[in-house]
Amino acid sequence: MTGRDGTDWPSDVHAVFRAKTVRQIGTVPDAGLTRLLDLCSADEAMRVLTLTREDEGVGLVTGAWLGGERAALLMQSSGVGNVINALSLPAVCKTPCLMLVTMRGQWGEANSWQVPMGGATPGLLQTIGVTCYSVDRAEDVGETVASAADMAFGAGVSTAVLISQRVIGAKTFDAGDAS
Amino acid sequence: MATDGRFDRRKLVAHLLRNRGDALVVGGLGASTWDLAAAGLDDRNVYLWGGMGLACSIGLGLALAQPSRRVLVFTGDGEMMMGVGSLATIAAAAADNLAILVLDNQAFGETGEQTGLTAGPTDIARMAEGAGLSATMSARGPTDLAALETLLFKTRGPTLAVAPIALTDDPLVLPTNNGAVMAARFRAALGFSD
Repeated sequence: MTGRDGTDWPSDVHAVFRAKTVRQIGTVPDAGLTRLLDLCSADEAMRVLTLTREDEGVGLVTGAWLGGERAALLMQSSGVGNVINALSLPAVCKTPCLMLVTMRGQWGEANSWQVPMGGATPGLLQTIGVTCYSVDRAEDVGETVASAADMAFGAGVSTAVLISQRVIGAKTFDAGDAS
Repeated sequence: MATDGRFDRRKLVAHLLRNRGDALVVGGLGASTWDLAAAGLDDRNVYLWGGMGLACSIGLGLALAQPSRRVLVFTGDGEMMMGVGSLATIAAAAADNLAILVLDNQAFGETGEQTGLTAGPTDIARMAEGAGLSATMSARGPTDLAALETLLFKTRGPTLAVAPIALTDDPLVLPTNNGAVMAARFRAALGFSD
């Protein structure tokens, strides 16, 4: 999936992961992450782990770091609600937690169930101490992820790149209205 | 090491760690971490004072990063149930160096001994089997100690054993609660700097 301006941001992020030697990718998938996850799955230097819940990913990246590997957690904004207490772990241990969040419930969202967490996501992450970078242009995603990775792995903190629905495009519901 | 036919948790954990070799060990939030500390402080242990439900996920990240070492997770039944979905993730990852020991006292020992879900019909070993772990066992008690040790240290992982333990009031033996110090020591023990 390319951004609405034609930029191939998933390739940019994959290249950043390679350059920063990110080895483990934990995820509860999102449509907006499909191409990036495909690129990572096809890369022998990386391992994509599908999680049951996003908080598992916080444990995973912390364990990876303790064992000398770099990891990242990729999820949809609804998943941020599942990770808040877990983020105590990297906060207390001063270990990195790099997160990519594809946003729902903001730009042209047609599913009302996505709106509460979409609106709450930046505030919740900042309240638990995560440094957030919001990106709404596809061409900016790669370098923003690189900056977030440098900060997470260099300073031992939690960072999150929030990728706007404006970049990935709003999900459409045109299969008919069951209601 | 028996108490009413069940394991004494402190004696069991101390016994298992005596022959740990170069294994890395993650202690789940609460009593499992105190058990590790009581058996002797070791920089190759991850001591958790929080993050309930994450012990097995931490063990997975660690096991994938350190494939040449055995990684053991010692945790309680309540902590395991909170993170029970991680068993599916672990099975899918086929982490062959990861083994999990659930110290099952059927209660929330840290918070007032409220009855836990494994006191009812729930069987964690069977949940782990259903998740797809390579081997699981539900130990009856100390008579199964040798099989338990084999499953934790020898059997191709990921494996999970449930050990029934007595609900005891053990003296608190506390490792540092400074997570940054713990994490730095752990990484240093593996040769990584911060």
